[in-house]
Amino acid sequence: MSRPTPRAGSRTSADRLARLLNLVPYLLARPGIEIAEAAGDLGVSERQLREDLELLWVCGLPGYGPGDLIDMAFDGDRVTITYDAGIDRPLRLTPDEALALVVALRMIAETPGVANREAVERALAKIESAAGDLAGAPVEVRLPGDTARVRELRAAVEGGRALRITYYTAARDETTERVIDPLRMLMVGGRAYVEAWCRRAEAVRLFRVDRIDAVAVLDEPAVAPPQARPQDLSDGVFRPSPDLPLITLRIGRGERWITEYYPCERVERGTGDEWVVSLRVTDLGWARRFVLGLGPDVTVVAPAELAEQVRAQATAALAAYATPAGDPAVAAVTQ
Amino acid sequence: MSRTRTERLVNLVICLLSTRRFLTAAQIAATVPGYEHDPDDAKDHEAFQRKFERDKAELRELGVPLETGTASVFDAEPGYRIAHREYALPDIPLEPDEAAAVGIAARLWQHAGLAAAASSGLAKLRAAGVDVDPQATLGLEPMVTVDPAFAPLTAAARDRREVSFDYRVPDRDEPTTRRLQPWGVVCWRGRWYVVGHDLDRGATRCFRLSRVVGAVRPTGAPGAYRPPADVDLISHVARWSGPVERTGRATVLVTPGRVAGLRRWAVENASRPDGDLLVLPYADADYLAGQLVGYGPDVRVVDPPEVREAVIQRLKEIAARHDELAVAR
Repeated sequence: MSRPTPRAGSRTSADRLARLLNLVPYLLARPGIEIAEAAGDLGVSERQLREDLELLWVCGLPGYGPGDLIDMAFDGDRVTITYDAGIDRPLRLTPDEALALVVALRMIAETPGVANREAVERALAKIESAAGDLAGAPVEVRLPGDTARVRELRAAVEGGRALRITYYTAARDETTERVIDPLRMLMVGGRAYVEAWCRRAEAVRLFRVDRIDAVAVLDEPAVAPPQARPQDLSDGVFRPSPDLPLITLRIGRGERWITEYYPCERVERGTGDEWVVSLRVTDLGWARRFVLGLGPDVTVVAPAELAEQVRAQATAALAAYATPAGDPAVAAVTQ
Repeated sequence: MSRTRTERLVNLVICLLSTRRFLTAAQIAATVPGYEHDPDDAKDHEAFQRKFERDKAELRELGVPLETGTASVFDAEPGYRIAHREYALPDIPLEPDEAAAVGIAARLWQHAGLAAAASSGLAKLRAAGVDVDPQATLGLEPMVTVDPAFAPLTAAARDRREVSFDYRVPDRDEPTTRRLQPWGVVCWRGRWYVVGHDLDRGATRCFRLSRVVGAVRPTGAPGAYRPPADVDLISHVARWSGPVERTGRATVLVTPGRVAGLRRWAVENASRPDGDLLVLPYADADYLAGQLVGYGPDVRVVDPPEVREAVIQRLKEIAARHDELAVAR
């Protein structure tokens, strides 16, 4: 992984050599294994596996006589290695392999509320010890989270029942009750989510665990409809779609951080220090709260409707502070 | 690689594993099928040498520990062998639940290169006799995503090699080139950072991997420095972007039935004729002001004055900027 991707052809051949060197110890550890099962395990077709075995059959120790070559016994669809010619163990882990396994295990061990953490930690210790010098992967992981809340939800999800949740939706700034049929729990970008069929939205939704304010386990089983499939989240949790409203803002230097936190469709230099950024939002009400909250260095360019809402809200809020009778500070003091 | 080449390489590995003496290229050519050539024919010999070099490179690429040495003090020519204890994966006696965890770990990577490394690592464990239950789940699985700078920076930290890279901070107009002795890479709250000694600042610094622009360039020799003993990488990042104590208390009056977001973190909520009075814990008055302004006229600050003033100031500036806009239209 630290090298540029090799050409597909050379990758395939290196893969084959690696597979062949693995194959002998793999079969050695499983005498009489069915060829179909081995192929499934190794992720190759049965035909490919048979070709690999034929090739190994003509390899062996110098001398290359009948007693020197790798030998195997076939019994119907089963195979047993009867002579390994010295490749009785797989190769050591490469630094990249050790890193990939060790970091992923550390990530799981650090995930709040994960099941069987103790087994994950034991596995991690054993892999680290087998990797020897490579185990000191210079990577540390910390994923703080509400372990108790995640564990409670995981138990509820594993129970296989529908859940009634009280959920805060930031896009509309409202807390609603809804019944969900959970599909899975996952952790993306340091946050825990329940992915579920939402009966209220009649769609698959991700629910952020830190926004689930209450959970009740219902008597009925969780039955998501057949079209409810887990979503592909490899590009992140929020994938802006072109039918969502697009807003354009002029932002000052101090507000450029939003380009790191929100997927922006366009970022351009404006006049002076200003940048002009465009992003998709799920809801214009959210955009209004967002823009007002960002502060004075942000101006709405489009849509005009949003600019007007921001102006009207700011003016109305100021008016409330300006009216002594309606001044809550005065009211609070005089009580 | 043709079948003959694969066959030749498998035989080469077996041959070098079986020998305790270092074998010279000539001895290997005389032994392993596929290297037959006429050593007296310069062209033929050169072709053999090229083939043998390619094969050695291929084995090293795969991680085969090819040892070089001479069989005796009288030999001028180097020879080759593979020590079995260096080659072989040590025994890893994984319990079924441990093997299941490794199986899950191997499929978490969203990054193609690391996903391939994880699955070839898992294939070796399987070859060592470990059985992995593909159905196992831990009830909650992290999706492991990394920035492109992850691989080169972890490699540099492992090799203790200085690097330089271009780094873009949003409030600066242009990326700057930074030089670093990386100590390690940290995942904190779902984001990746590198921690190390910044050679230009002469101090410990953290860099966010998502802000690295373009390639990470190794600039020095491996083993060029030593990270401080017992360095706690996490603490450097956590100190930099860690959680804050909310010791302040602000009192705000909000419209009934609205402002759900603030109600969720209010420590007190009292209903009054003119609205609901919430008490909000906070750490930074200006940050809180931003949150409150977001709700427009649905929130009015009662106390403390510093928050109230900050809110009014922000509202005035926002109104002024958007008023100009309305006039301009």
